[in-house]
Amino acid sequence: MDVATTVAPLLEVRACRQSYHKESAIDLVVLDDVNLTLRGGEIVGLLGRSGSGKSTLLRIVAGLLQPTAGEVRWRGEPVRGPMPGIAMVFQSFALFPWLTVRENVELGLEAQGVARAEREMRAEAAIDLIGLGGYDSAYPKELSGGMRQRVGLARALVVHPDLLLMDEPFSALDVLTAETLRTDLIDLWSEGKLPVKSVLLVTHNIEEAVLMCDRILVFSANPGRVASELRVPFAHPRNRLDPAFRQMVDDIYALMTRRAPAPRPAAVAVHDATFATPLHPVSTNLLAGLIEALAMPPYDGRADLPALAASLQLEADELLPLGETLQLLGLGVLEEGDVRLTESGREFAQADTERRKAIFAAALRAHVPLAAAIRRTLDERWNHRASAVRFRDELEDHMSPDYAEDTLRTAISWGRYAELYSYDEEAQQFSLDDVETTA
Amino acid sequence: MSSTVHPVLAYARRLPNAWDVVALLGVFAVIAAVARVSPGTYKPIAAPDALAISLDPLHLPEYALRTTMRMFAALAASLLFTFTYAPLAAKSRRAGLVMIPILDVLQSVPILGFLSFTTVFFMSLFPGRVLGLELAAIFAIFTSQAWNMAFSLYQSLTTVPRDLEEATQSFRLAGWQRFWRLDVPFGTPGLVWNTMLSMSGGWFFVVASEAITLGDKTWTLPGIGSYVAMALDKRDLAAVGWAIVAMLVVIVLYDQLLFRPLVAWSAKFRFEVVAGAVAGDPWVLKLVRRTRVLSAAADGLAGGFAAITRLRIGRPTGRASGGPARTRRGDAVFFGVVALLALTAAGRLVAYVTASDIGWSDLGTTVALGCITLLRVVVLIALASLVWVPIGVWLGLRPAWARGVQVVAQFLAAFPANLLFPIFVVVIVRWHLTPDIWLTPLMILGTQWYILFNVVAGASAFPGDLQEVAKNFRVGGWLWWRRVMLPGIFPYYVTGAITASGGSWNASIVAEVATWGNDKLSAHGLGAYIAHATDAGDFPRIVLGVAVMSIFVLGFNRALWRPLYAYATRRMTFA
Repeated sequence: MDVATTVAPLLEVRACRQSYHKESAIDLVVLDDVNLTLRGGEIVGLLGRSGSGKSTLLRIVAGLLQPTAGEVRWRGEPVRGPMPGIAMVFQSFALFPWLTVRENVELGLEAQGVARAEREMRAEAAIDLIGLGGYDSAYPKELSGGMRQRVGLARALVVHPDLLLMDEPFSALDVLTAETLRTDLIDLWSEGKLPVKSVLLVTHNIEEAVLMCDRILVFSANPGRVASELRVPFAHPRNRLDPAFRQMVDDIYALMTRRAPAPRPAAVAVHDATFATPLHPVSTNLLAGLIEALAMPPYDGRADLPALAASLQLEADELLPLGETLQLLGLGVLEEGDVRLTESGREFAQADTERRKAIFAAALRAHVPLAAAIRRTLDERWNHRASAVRFRDELEDHMSPDYAEDTLRTAISWGRYAELYSYDEEAQQFSLDDVETTA
Repeated sequence: MSSTVHPVLAYARRLPNAWDVVALLGVFAVIAAVARVSPGTYKPIAAPDALAISLDPLHLPEYALRTTMRMFAALAASLLFTFTYAPLAAKSRRAGLVMIPILDVLQSVPILGFLSFTTVFFMSLFPGRVLGLELAAIFAIFTSQAWNMAFSLYQSLTTVPRDLEEATQSFRLAGWQRFWRLDVPFGTPGLVWNTMLSMSGGWFFVVASEAITLGDKTWTLPGIGSYVAMALDKRDLAAVGWAIVAMLVVIVLYDQLLFRPLVAWSAKFRFEVVAGAVAGDPWVLKLVRRTRVLSAAADGLAGGFAAITRLRIGRPTGRASGGPARTRRGDAVFFGVVALLALTAAGRLVAYVTASDIGWSDLGTTVALGCITLLRVVVLIALASLVWVPIGVWLGLRPAWARGVQVVAQFLAAFPANLLFPIFVVVIVRWHLTPDIWLTPLMILGTQWYILFNVVAGASAFPGDLQEVAKNFRVGGWLWWRRVMLPGIFPYYVTGAITASGGSWNASIVAEVATWGNDKLSAHGLGAYIAHATDAGDFPRIVLGVAVMSIFVLGFNRALWRPLYAYATRRMTFA
């Protein structure tokens, strides 16, 4: 893409910051100091975990959100709302169920006031290009997920946008359908048949990013920042099995795990620093399953993350929180793109249900200060009861209400599994009912 | 309960706390109040104070309580009806064939037209006693509540998820157990919601049914409705104002004390495996859950209920009984009986009509008047839609507003609009306006809110990603309404408009005729026809009017609303 560097940038994002104001003094920062330049002829990927603000950035570029601070320029003009020349493809397809395929596709043209004859011609062309010929008069409900996303693509392409925004466009599709759609799209792109100059793609799938993009911005979470920028040197069509391709995927995994666990904001008081660690909402069943899989051959206690993700059919976005949770509980260690079971992790894998609960309880007491604090409070109370509200309030002093809710729910679920305490949902109360108190 | 809780702790938890005192005081106050007003029911009508109404506002709390008690008596009857009619219709294929259409027709019959027959009937049951009148009033309310509740339960019973049904079969639950363990819990959220709507509608009828005029006789039952009737007679606008205030208080109380907790409680039966966002508990539910005596009482009730529902009554379900031959013979007998009954009914009807002085010209008159009322309903729904759809969308897309508006609109829908009629009548009389036009808005006064709150609900449920699409492709103006928003709220709008139009038909009987002291206003229409026939005690014409109106309502529903609703759910729902 030698031409790309010589022409003026299509899109410029400078020092972009997005934060939500909370009642307490701390603002919740979603994006912090993000810079991005996009030129014609390139596909750029925004890669990151959920909550890293990449979708927020996409919406800012689309003019659907106003950034709290910073500047977004489209063809040199500041973006102050949806701009002509930018079209978006949605993760959920976002088709109007009461419009046929053709009517959905024509919507953008109608909004531009394009004459009927031209509208029909262009819609027909877009529908044919994307492989939907013959489905013109079908309603979205009659189509499969893959076909629906093709309609979403055709609807965006028909307005001939200079910039195509794609918000995790393949993540709601099954593996095979997603792969077909990706290769179709890349084929059209390399043959120069797509009526777009540039593509900005949001994804949490590392392989997808390496397969499709010319440039990848890796985001870190809490707050969302561009952690590193990578250039993908391979020509299309790319081969997933190519060792260089694999190496790049491995490197990105290592990059994403090295940064975890994310550093906490310094504002938090020292003795409470770990009490307010956000917990990933990970189920104990999934953890146990992962530990068992890791303990058995071919891994025997140590696995390469990309390989593990592929064999468990988990995306990086799903596997990384699992790995980090293992690390938090002292049952596993993440190192350079690998995950390794610790001694207690191995013991857990061999143990029966009762013993597993005991190991898990010990891990919670030792490594999850929130769970330990709940149990300590219950032990101290004469009636062995405590309201969940005070723990939630304390958490909310340090994190957003959503994170606080997730964290508390996770602590409840882990504590129940470990029989460390029980919880009454209706009364929102922790107690020691049904719990062996001899320990 | 766990086995590891120490007895001492268990005992300690049952000790009363301060909330118990508050709760107990509240409960005993209600019991005392009910005890105070109940004996009035058994008095003979001839007793001097039995049916006397005083316009002194100090009597209003007592009247309000009596009105409320009628409401709850009717509600109990409606629940009883729902729990017998709906299971019967759902479990028996043959019975369902007949019972569901009957329910559909009953739903279309204008309740206020009934009032005259039922009053006579119940008074003949308890000659010379207030009880007869009370039962007539309660029956009127019952008829406004029962049908949609029964429909809701029937619908739930016929859509129980297949896997749960199979689970109850494989565990060999008896019919009775299955009904209480599966069918009823599954139907509870829908039933609670419909009960709430029924209660809202009921206030309108309780107010209308307390002062019944038949021929030259007028009976008044002590209550808010008869208080207003008396105020109208005496041209006492202040008293009308007091009655409105009393009604507001009653509705706020029943909403806060009963329905908010019920709706929150019923959420736990919602058939979702994924835990949704949970709204905070209403304060009454908190009171019950946190107050020791009350929660002990609730536990006790729940225990008793569970013991009854555990009884093994009836065979385990699931096996088809009898062979196809037996089924066919049963069918023949059943349809024979139904045909016989239908023929008998037709014969009776013909005999009744021929015995009266009704001719073809009467039929022509009522149909013509029906068309006038139909025109009114159509124009009103159109006008109300023009006003409330844009406002509802505007509000619904602003979440901060939407929830508050929902509450207010539901509240306005519950408020009996007939209490506000006098204000309009005074204006019409003062300015000598044409009743044919200016009485019309009264029909939709109470029912327009159904359109508003359904549209608000629809707009606030409009998917965020579709809104983003519209913004991203810069869809605006009329195109936005036509392609994006109107189809999106359409199913909700239709639901609201159906309720509003049904309510308007019913209201026409009281809205097309209005009185203020000696001034009598009357518009042309089927509602006025029925009202006049009632005033004259002319039973054959009441029957004719009610029958024609029922057919109009049924026809309107079948020709317009049903197809619209079917289209809306097929094409315009997000799935």
